[in-house]
Amino acid sequence: MPDTVSAAEASASGFLDGDYDDAAGYYTPGTPLVDTKAPEGPIAERWQNRKFEARLVNPSNRRKLSIIIVGTGLAGASAAATLGEAGYNVKSFCYQDSPRRAHSIAAQGGINAAKNYKEDGDSVHRLFYDTVKGGDYRSRESNVYRLAEVSTNIIDQCVAQGVPFAREYGGLLDNRSFGGVQVSRTFYARGQTGQQLLIGAYQALERQVSAGTVTTYTRHEMMELITVDGKARGIIARDMVTGAVETHLADVVVLASGGYGNVFYLSTNAMGCNVTAAWRAHRKGAYMANPCYTQIHPTCIPVSGSHQSKLTLMSESLRNDGRIWVPKNQADCDKDPRDIPEEDRDYYLERIYPSFGNLVPRDIASRAAKNVCDEGRGVGPEVDGVRRGVYLDFSAAIERLGKKGITEKYDNLFDMYERITGENPFEVPMRIYPAVHYVMGGLWVDYDLQSTIPGLFVTGEANFSDHGANRLGASALMQGLADGYFVLPHTIRDYLADGPFEEITEDHPAVVEARESVKGRIDHFLSVNGTRSVDSYHRELGNIMWEYCGMERTETGLKKAIDLIRSLKDDFYRNVKVLGSAETLNQSLEKAGRVADFFELGELMCIDALNRRESCGGHFRGESQTEDGEALRHDDEYAYVAAWEWAGEDSIPVLHKEDLVYTAIEMKQRSYK
Amino acid sequence: MNLTLKIWRQPDASSAGAMQTYQLSDVSPDMSFLEMLDVLNEQLNDKGEDPVAFDHDCREGICGSCGLMINGDAHGPEVTTTCQLHMRSFSDGETITIEPWRADAFPVIKDLVVDRSAFDRIIQQGGYISVNTGSAPEAHSVPVPRDDALRAFNVATCIGCGACVAACPNGSASLFMGAKITHLGELPQGQPERDSRVVNMVAQHDHEGFGGCTNIGACTAACPKEIPLDVISQLNKDLRTAIRHGH
Ligand SMILES: Cc1cc2nc3c(=O)[nH]c(=O)nc-3n(C[C@H](O)[C@H](O)[C@H](O)COP(=O)(O)OP(=O)(O)OC[C@H]3O[C@@H](n4cnc5c(N)ncnc54)[C@H](O)[C@@H]3O)c2cc1C
Ligand code: SF4
Ligand code: FES
Repeated sequence: MPDTVSAAEASASGFLDGDYDDAAGYYTPGTPLVDTKAPEGPIAERWQNRKFEARLVNPSNRRKLSIIIVGTGLAGASAAATLGEAGYNVKSFCYQDSPRRAHSIAAQGGINAAKNYKEDGDSVHRLFYDTVKGGDYRSRESNVYRLAEVSTNIIDQCVAQGVPFAREYGGLLDNRSFGGVQVSRTFYARGQTGQQLLIGAYQALERQVSAGTVTTYTRHEMMELITVDGKARGIIARDMVTGAVETHLADVVVLASGGYGNVFYLSTNAMGCNVTAAWRAHRKGAYMANPCYTQIHPTCIPVSGSHQSKLTLMSESLRNDGRIWVPKNQADCDKDPRDIPEEDRDYYLERIYPSFGNLVPRDIASRAAKNVCDEGRGVGPEVDGVRRGVYLDFSAAIERLGKKGITEKYDNLFDMYERITGENPFEVPMRIYPAVHYVMGGLWVDYDLQSTIPGLFVTGEANFSDHGANRLGASALMQGLADGYFVLPHTIRDYLADGPFEEITEDHPAVVEARESVKGRIDHFLSVNGTRSVDSYHRELGNIMWEYCGMERTETGLKKAIDLIRSLKDDFYRNVKVLGSAETLNQSLEKAGRVADFFELGELMCIDALNRRESCGGHFRGESQTEDGEALRHDDEYAYVAAWEWAGEDSIPVLHKEDLVYTAIEMKQRSYK
Repeated sequence: MNLTLKIWRQPDASSAGAMQTYQLSDVSPDMSFLEMLDVLNEQLNDKGEDPVAFDHDCREGICGSCGLMINGDAHGPEVTTTCQLHMRSFSDGETITIEPWRADAFPVIKDLVVDRSAFDRIIQQGGYISVNTGSAPEAHSVPVPRDDALRAFNVATCIGCGACVAACPNGSASLFMGAKITHLGELPQGQPERDSRVVNMVAQHDHEGFGGCTNIGACTAACPKEIPLDVISQLNKDLRTAIRHGH
């Protein structure tokens, strides 16, 4: 990693003392965000109170109210099913050919819930505590508490839908533990939990389609948000088959459009994951919060060459049974691992973090892997002169549980690994390396999940609120379903109780403007006729992001990245080559629009990272570390949510700060030693 | 590796399609099949030729988006999805024929992309358990024997890719449907709607233009999730029972 400044150099140069605004000149300070609409009072009563206070909508009026939901992942499908059942008129959108294919389908490891079925000391409060601590005290406590509170209902709901969770011989649900926690609270369906949960939500959604309350628009991409008098009133979507630019109007819009990790090009996200829906809303006034918070997942299959289009995650549950190590001596790195004797292996996580060992949280495991590879002790093939891989060794577990035991727990993961790498993990240890996986940043929402645009609600990975600077394993699925089944349906009715809303027609100037701007952008991409493919720009942007805004960031690196992004974006608008027409299925055109938005997002991520001169969660600032190289947070200066306002095409963004107030939990430096 | 690719090109649903031949060099055995197509598309784009359209998303074998007939086999020579098929399964100098799924109920949209929305409409006709949000009983109130849960899980792994239909000479979706019916029928929660589910789903299946099952078994051989053929027996059994119950 170039441009890294060691702690000693940094303090010698005075970086660490006094008021030093790394991001000065890159943003304008704005007014603080004070009202999150979180109810007052004891934390355990806040959600009950909010539900009670939220106004009701009479069943016969619900039919007259319309809701657009963009996204059919866990967050979107669960919301559409629930709001459809309630009797509202729901339109559901996704870019895939079926709602069942949303990216949530890929989640492997499991979903948390404070059921305490193992009587091992779990409780709502402990799940709340672990999540806030795991997020490095950068999430909002009232939201997280609510998440822990409704987590138990999620499991009930899914079981009733027929989700085939793993069971014990007595017929009761089994669960396991996951990175960063010491209790067993993760429910799972082998290594395909996301698939099973999503199929449950998808089936509930299709049930509503058949009941006539939900209409699905598949192969439709939201291209623009329509706001009228400052309120969200619809979207412009492109029918990806016919190319038709369609106007869809409604009383309220929900974005459940997932995360933007694909800004890094190589990530564990599905290839179509994008920021467009959120970014278009951002440009219309929705604040973007903590965009730089990226989660890097420690257990992915390492990169094998330059053709690579995506990275594959191996569920973190593997860390329950696999032991992570690298050779003690650099000279052993190209040996067959089976020939390296026990005493020459460095089980570095067990050594540095004895109480959590291989189960330390993701950010810690990821950075530790990077450090040993940077030291030259990585394993596997050399790519660009460095071996970037560490062993995840199951030999002891195979001895303990037998091949059969391992197969029952992890079978498809072992198969998947072998298929991709051509190596059999029952015989040679797996190789893993960190990769971009999830984003904790997203559109700012209040306690009701409403953005700064009235009538625009944001759920699931697309919002920012629950995971702070680092997400614990198995809690994104929990959040998606909590938002969609149990939170949004209550908070949105309070908004809808103001209905009926003013009728809007397709010729309203705001609608026409939104539609014309979409057409203008499409025409632009098709008319440039330059020399470079969209993918080549995406790849280059991804490299910049990973290099300078990835696992480790520094002031110089981030400033350099911003310059690089600006000039690459400039070149993109003048030199991109998109063939074909707007009137058919045109995958290059689809990608062009997404990459254009990634440029703007990427720049904001760097500015956000520049502003936050502390290490926290997945975000490690080279300038802020302890003597022994651990992340150093600065609660006195940075215990806030950075909410960014779009200030216009040629202006720098405005930074609004929401102070994070903890009443039910004490802020501590995290330690997993 | 050097390859000759014969690919079905069809500009849209209403135009006629034809096979086109492309040469591709420097293919690494570590590439996935779709990454190989990415490389071809970069080259076509450079030359000013329309890239080949194909469906894909997760590239992890789980979303069910990808699906190509490769040398006449659904998803190609291995039992896996197209995105998880790697070029090490082919040899240098080989000619590879790539076509879209073949089935009347899956019309071609463009090149290698087909319309599989009929699957969603089959699910709409009963491929679910009717439970409203918030009305679910405590999860432990109904124990499910471990083996039943395991069997339900094993067939619930169907990704809805459509390979079974593409492989079937009759274009039948019985494996897909049987998987869902067995998944829900294996669980206590699925019992109340068991009869109506199978009757309605089968009716929709036939209405969509899928063919009948004549027990050939090509579906299960092509299924990347190894859904066993006996889900079709289960489907037929459930159908007979439902009819006996007067549905
Ligand atoms: C490989 C992998 C494994 C994971 N494992 C776990 C795990 O074990 N446990 C856990 O808790 N979390 C896990 N996660 C994280 C978790 O899967 C995601 O955070 C979560 O599923 C996101 O759900 P979502 O509903 O917010 O969005 P998504 O599931 O991403 O859905 C987004 C939806 O929005 C639609 N969409 C997006 N943009 C547009 C647009 N412009 N127009 C129209 N539609 C649009 C898409 O079509 C899609 O339907 C994993 C993630 C990955 C990548
Ligand atoms: S049964 Fe198999 S082949 Fe058919 S759709 Fe399901 S996973 Fe695909
Ligand atoms: S792309 Fe998802 S299964 Fe192949």
